[in-house]
Amino acid sequence: MQSSDQKPNQGDSRRDFLKKSSIITAIALTPTVAVKAAENQADERFAELFEKIPLHLTVNNKAYQTAVEPRVTLLDYLREELHLTGTKKGCDHGQCGACTVHIDGERVNSCLSLAVMNEGKKITTIEGLADGEELHPMQAAFIKHDGFQCGYCTPGQIMSAVACVNEGHTNSRAEISEYMSGNICRCGAYPNIVDAIVEVSKGGTKV
Amino acid sequence: MINFQYLRTLTSKSALSLISKDKNAKFLAGGTNLIDLMKRGVTAPEKLIDINHVPLKQIEAIGDKIMIGALASNTAVAEHALVKDKLPLLAMALNAGASAQLRNVATVGGNMMQRTRCGYFYDTEMPCNKRQPGTGCGAIGGFNRMHAIFGTSDQCIAVHPSDMCIALVALDATVVLSSTKGERKVLFKDFHRLAGDTPQLDNNLKPDEMIVRLEIPTNNLHKNSYYLKVRDRASYAFALVSVGAALELSENKIKDVRLAMGGVAHKPWRLTAAENFLKGREATVENFEQAAKLAMIDAKGYGENDFKLQMAPNSIVEALTIAKSKA
Repeated sequence: MQSSDQKPNQGDSRRDFLKKSSIITAIALTPTVAVKAAENQADERFAELFEKIPLHLTVNNKAYQTAVEPRVTLLDYLREELHLTGTKKGCDHGQCGACTVHIDGERVNSCLSLAVMNEGKKITTIEGLADGEELHPMQAAFIKHDGFQCGYCTPGQIMSAVACVNEGHTNSRAEISEYMSGNICRCGAYPNIVDAIVEVSKGGTKV
Repeated sequence: MINFQYLRTLTSKSALSLISKDKNAKFLAGGTNLIDLMKRGVTAPEKLIDINHVPLKQIEAIGDKIMIGALASNTAVAEHALVKDKLPLLAMALNAGASAQLRNVATVGGNMMQRTRCGYFYDTEMPCNKRQPGTGCGAIGGFNRMHAIFGTSDQCIAVHPSDMCIALVALDATVVLSSTKGERKVLFKDFHRLAGDTPQLDNNLKPDEMIVRLEIPTNNLHKNSYYLKVRDRASYAFALVSVGAALELSENKIKDVRLAMGGVAHKPWRLTAAENFLKGREATVENFEQAAKLAMIDAKGYGENDFKLQMAPNSIVEALTIAKSKA
């Protein structure tokens, strides 16, 4: 196991390093336990190369200081680390809008944003909309107009709807539909969702 | 997603220096296409250099040109007063693309760099010369309803997916690229490539270069312009066929005209022959139809996409007719 004890050369990419070290472990005629130990050592070094990145961000007015692997999406960070499971994972590829959150006030698909890209940003999720027990006007309007059936897309629809009103893209039902097209509802509650948005945009309430 | 090293940089200089040292690194801007491709295993860069904090977001008029920084978001460009006023074709094309959520994050440079949505390119179990040169093209003889009818090769019939780029090629934009060696300018029409024998290359950006800005000349084509996008649903879908059309009219006479199509080729497809025919002629449906015919001379269907051979000329006539009718 001499070779796998060496530090990877600086010029080596991680895959070159992994290829080398795994070939070495594969051909080594050593007891299983020793091979296992060597692999663990390699894993540790692997982790060193790809350490967690420090991250500061504010979610629903609460500041967080943490460290995450670069590949963790904002969606997974919110759901798995912060246990804010209101934001839903639908397609996980930016096609359905179920994961919509606000980053510095703008709606974004959190599944296509890496958590580390959001250093210093202010995130608002569906959990951050209500004021204590008092529902946000958009939440109340969705209930009033029956803007959902199964409810899975609803958090994303509501976050997108709030942004749509803030952006001023509510001048007609057609414009609302166009600017809500990034949120898919497989139950087909679209007309009722548009009703809810029309009401809130006309109500002139600060949303 | 296979893990990677993540670096954040604040200046163009350091971004260029980092990319010049590492051929396995990629720039990360909005990430809306790159992260998706990484999740699907289509690409797996070893290092991402986050350039979102590099100050390249300006949108401004300098002389008779409008300059747009490569990191301006699609929303920022589409909603900017200068763009709405002077380059409405660009604003329309941007708003026809993706969704509000994606446009908020996606950048101008990233939009230019997005990869084809060909199903064979995305499915790592399938042959694809673009993803893995030498494995063949699944789309030729396969499911090719979305595919190209112009400028194809026997290696690849994928289409370029952007709407924004159709407007930019019509508007004679120039792309400014930067590397540690300095800047160079490329005409937008020469930025993207045809598939030829190298379908893995979408464009002529060199591995150590970064897109820094667009320079778009202002013109007199802003009044009568229209971006027509034909797709399978009313919104939030890639184009089957799209047409960017802009006319400068004097009475009913065409002084100048720009025409480009999307969803039909491996690069934004400028319709030069049709433009040349229309210049100096009357803006009539008959002339629009004649121009559309000229535009289709080299078109070729691959089976499932044969309908584009009719949809494309119809769309050219429709886009020109709507552009003309604008007061």
